[in-house]
Amino acid sequence: MSEVVHTGHHDDHDHGPEKGILRWLYTTNHKDIGTLYLWFSFLMLFIGGALALVIRTELFQPGLQFIEPAFFNQMTTNHGLIMVFGAIMPAFVGLANWLLPMQVGAPDMALPRMNNLSFWIMPFAFGMMISTFFMDGGGPNFGWTFYAPLSTAYGPPSTTYFIFAVHLMGASSIMGSINIIATILNMRAPGMTLMKMPLFVWTWLITAFLLIAVMPVLAGAVTMMLFDIHFGTSFFNAAGGGDPVMFQHIFWFFGHPEVYIMILPAFGVVSHIIPTFARKPLFGYTSMVYAIASIAILSFVVWAHHMFTVGMPLFGQAFFMGATMVIAIPTGVKVFNWIATMWRGSMTFETPMLFALAFVILFTMGGFSGLMLSIVPADYQYHDTYFVVAHFHYVLVPGALFSIIAAVYFWFPKWTGKMYDEALGKLHFWLSFIGVNVTFFPQHFVGLAGMPRRIPDYALQFADFNMLSSVGAFIFGFSQLFFLYVLIKGIRSGKPAEGLSWEGAKGLEWTLPSPAPYHSFTNPPKVS
Amino acid sequence: MNNRVDQQAGVTRTVKKLCLVLVGMVGFVFALVPIYDLFCEVTGLNGKTGGQYTYVESEMEPDLTREVRVNFITNTNQGMNWEFWPEKGAMKVNPGTIHTVNFFVRNPSSVPTVGRAIPSVAPGLAAGYFHKTECFCFEQQLLAPGEIMEMPLRFIVGPEIPGDIKEISLSYALFDVTDDSSDLIKEFNNRLNTAVAAY
Repeated sequence: MSEVVHTGHHDDHDHGPEKGILRWLYTTNHKDIGTLYLWFSFLMLFIGGALALVIRTELFQPGLQFIEPAFFNQMTTNHGLIMVFGAIMPAFVGLANWLLPMQVGAPDMALPRMNNLSFWIMPFAFGMMISTFFMDGGGPNFGWTFYAPLSTAYGPPSTTYFIFAVHLMGASSIMGSINIIATILNMRAPGMTLMKMPLFVWTWLITAFLLIAVMPVLAGAVTMMLFDIHFGTSFFNAAGGGDPVMFQHIFWFFGHPEVYIMILPAFGVVSHIIPTFARKPLFGYTSMVYAIASIAILSFVVWAHHMFTVGMPLFGQAFFMGATMVIAIPTGVKVFNWIATMWRGSMTFETPMLFALAFVILFTMGGFSGLMLSIVPADYQYHDTYFVVAHFHYVLVPGALFSIIAAVYFWFPKWTGKMYDEALGKLHFWLSFIGVNVTFFPQHFVGLAGMPRRIPDYALQFADFNMLSSVGAFIFGFSQLFFLYVLIKGIRSGKPAEGLSWEGAKGLEWTLPSPAPYHSFTNPPKVS
Repeated sequence: MNNRVDQQAGVTRTVKKLCLVLVGMVGFVFALVPIYDLFCEVTGLNGKTGGQYTYVESEMEPDLTREVRVNFITNTNQGMNWEFWPEKGAMKVNPGTIHTVNFFVRNPSSVPTVGRAIPSVAPGLAAGYFHKTECFCFEQQLLAPGEIMEMPLRFIVGPEIPGDIKEISLSYALFDVTDDSSDLIKEFNNRLNTAVAAY
């Protein structure tokens, strides 16, 4: 391990990047790898988004219009898997790669070669998973939660490829997390104590610990599936004395921390953007750190709220309901702090700020529908309906995804040395904001009225809201193509950006020129 | 420069610790399986019933003041083609008294098939009070083509069962485990061949 660490640094010191494609294959530079992660997740966003549009096309009207139910199942499954593991998670890892070394004043990540490996596993993992579409029996069709025995006894033959793809994604995430923790704990500039770290660094430190704790659980779950399918074990097979409900326990023991893995770095991003454009320091830094830590710890004791209807004793339901509701307290602390940061600030509303504000409002709405779902008697009605779909899309799309878009606009000048076109950025924001609400808000109503999720057809009374939802989905989807255009235009012909690209921006990365030099902080800065 | 060397030593230390955490978590996942079984056995959470129960009449005080309704539910799973039914759908019993109910299976197919019945009790918390002194559960059972078999279940509802449990459902799911029971099939074929030869 230590050998890897040494060679990573010395020969990189004096020359710039290699030329051509080899630069991207061989690179150990955190900025290059960050760029790779971000573009990869952008590509996955479009693939996952295309699947979502297939779903929304089919649901535009009741009845079966375009696709077969079996294909529809593959669409919902792969949309979920690609968005969770391919778009949101790698995008945050990309942000971590770009920003963490600059924000803690380190020359690079602690383990640059492992960094290269953890990125280059990803295209193979997703290549393998997407290739299952073209196999006999099609790709995974059992929902992104792949409950056994649906995924073991009844899964398509390609399930084995899916299992190995998940193994690879897990390996990549674990290596990435080890790298991030090692960087944060050992490479900080002199004077930067833990409680002086920028919040994005804090959120990623905690997220990385969550990843190391739960990715092995996911890997274990799919490994047990593999054994049940091919080696005659009965982990989840009732006929052999196993228990299918145990699959759900194991999956959600991974799954609930996983949803916080996708949102904690978003909290970090927003905690940088709001103080910048409110031109005030973040309100309640210490309480923010403790809130993140308590959310992370609580995430391990609430998993069964995803499975209230499996038939749990009353005290179990009461415990998981209570524990879930407790999470609202640290989350409320965070929302309060963001609002208090803006209070009497000199606010301006550039694109990153607009996305961050939308994040605060819409994520909070998603949080509230989550609270509704945590109420056991109500959950029996909401379970597996579009209300759940609306809930988690509100926390993941205008939550996690908006924060990623906000981060891209916010640090774009630092990465590229160019300014994006502010007017186009604002247009992109309004299109996305309207699109996302038109798509997902009506889903609350059809869900409460009882429309089940993951089914390609629905009763006639849901027709109007579904049509609206589909229209919104197309607005939202195509506005992300517009985002791509705004970015490319910015890279090619944006105005040059200053080192301190935003008037109120604080932090070590803004002390560097724009674009950030290929090697930054080779001599650690002093933090007072 | 010295600083850098310290840093690298620190990185190595951190990575080693994190690898330990990782190994610990992998171990934890596979430990979850026995932990889950143990937890369910102690609490009866998933409705799994206990093993064979030894009935000592003198130790059991029947509670004649109340009755608990026991429902018998049979179903077949994953393409199992046997017919499977209980002698009666439900019976009312006093806690602490012993009862027998017969279950029947019939193999309507033209090939010998091996089945295995898996019991489950609802509500889950009642599982700890539902004792079986004689049971066919979890056993591999071979039926020749057309064969019918009677399978008795003797059970006691423990008198310590909480008063708010007024109804217990015992469900048997019958699985086709022919593919996993080649020994039984082989033995059956041998006996068949010997019988045919003797004839």
